[in-house]
Amino acid sequence: MELLYFGDKGWGDELFFATLMTIAVSITAMIIGFIFAALFTPLKLSNNKILIIIGNSYTTVIRGVPELLVIYLFFFGGSGAIMFVASIFGYNDYIEINAFLTGSFSIGIISGAYSTEVFRGALQSIDNGQFEAAKVLGFNKYIYFFKIILPQMLRLAIPNLSNVWQITLKDTSLISVTGLVEIMRQSYIAAGSTRDPLFFYSFAAVLYLLLTYLSMKIINRLEIKYSRGY
Amino acid sequence: MDFDLMFTSFPKLLAATIVTLKLLSASLFFGLFIGLFFAILRLDKNIFINKFAYVYSYLFRGTPLLVQIFIIYFGLGQIEYLRSTFLWVILKEPYWCAIIAFTLNTGAYTSEILRSAFQTIKPGIIEAGKSLGIPNKIIFYKIQIPIAIRQSLPAYGNEIILMMKGTSLASTVTLMDLTGVAKYIISTTFKPIEVFIVAGGIYLFMTFIINNVIKFLEKKYSFNS
Repeated sequence: MELLYFGDKGWGDELFFATLMTIAVSITAMIIGFIFAALFTPLKLSNNKILIIIGNSYTTVIRGVPELLVIYLFFFGGSGAIMFVASIFGYNDYIEINAFLTGSFSIGIISGAYSTEVFRGALQSIDNGQFEAAKVLGFNKYIYFFKIILPQMLRLAIPNLSNVWQITLKDTSLISVTGLVEIMRQSYIAAGSTRDPLFFYSFAAVLYLLLTYLSMKIINRLEIKYSRGY
Repeated sequence: MDFDLMFTSFPKLLAATIVTLKLLSASLFFGLFIGLFFAILRLDKNIFINKFAYVYSYLFRGTPLLVQIFIIYFGLGQIEYLRSTFLWVILKEPYWCAIIAFTLNTGAYTSEILRSAFQTIKPGIIEAGKSLGIPNKIIFYKIQIPIAIRQSLPAYGNEIILMMKGTSLASTVTLMDLTGVAKYIISTTFKPIEVFIVAGGIYLFMTFIINNVIKFLEKKYSFNS
């Protein structure tokens, strides 16, 4: 247990901050994923064939290719792409992008593909009459979407979004390969310097279990909140 | 776009695909048995057996696959006792460690898929078998298992694809699978997009094949035909 002391003697504080980092990356990735889902869900549901193909290829490619490969693409390709854009504006120095941003962005793109599918499914299972009634009653676009469609969609989407959250949370372990100090990376460092990998990786597993357990509890509350009246 | 690189890296990536397929098929094969075993335990009336199977699936589904591989590959070697047994022959090989981790992981998910499939079998079907005087064992092997397999095909197809993507983690324990070789080429040439297109294309092709095989099986074993 000494290994978990806070301060210089143990790894407790390091692992605590690493856990916070994992949570921060997961939440950022989830939000980035929602932005992607908000962009691509309408494409998948549109009537235009080209837009549908664009929407479908996003979800098919990202969900069919290993997460690690996507992370490598952004990790190695990210700074290159940004330097290319910068060189257009006349800036030619080396730019290194933040590991947190690369990590959240690549996990966010992955999580976005899953969220897109969830939102599409939820929108499609809302009764058509709801859309028609809202239009017939002459609500403006804001009320139409935010007060009528969105609440109904969220109720249907939350159980599946909780799966997406669990996937995203576990996927963040993969960005340890880019050097961002989250739970996995910190355990790797601790295991290397104490030569006790069994303890630290098992402890990492416990931390992940704790995170998935706690988030399940919170999501269950949300589910109850959004299914009031059903 | 560096098309030359794409052409020269294609055969290397294709050779690495064989490692990926080997890892995938071995872990799916063993994982199916483990999954079936734990699914049966989950349905057991004894609360301890039941809980044991639940804890197994909870642990492996609640933690990232990367942690599981690292515990098995880096962690288990630390136990002195294990080093002296014959198990060490297996556990010192990253290849077998990866297969063990993948097997236990997919076994946990498969057990959940099969459990829910067993639970959706209508009791009337089992009762019909009993009233026809068919022995319990035969009801289980010839009636319940075939129905459960049919029920779980769509979910199991997803699991195969998830596992295929999961095998990419073998590259973190020094195995040169498709992702491992792709990363190596990227880090030596700094051309991530080209390599991603080729390696991603191979993965997508495998996803496509798996999807179609599952669809074919679903049709073949659908109840109406």
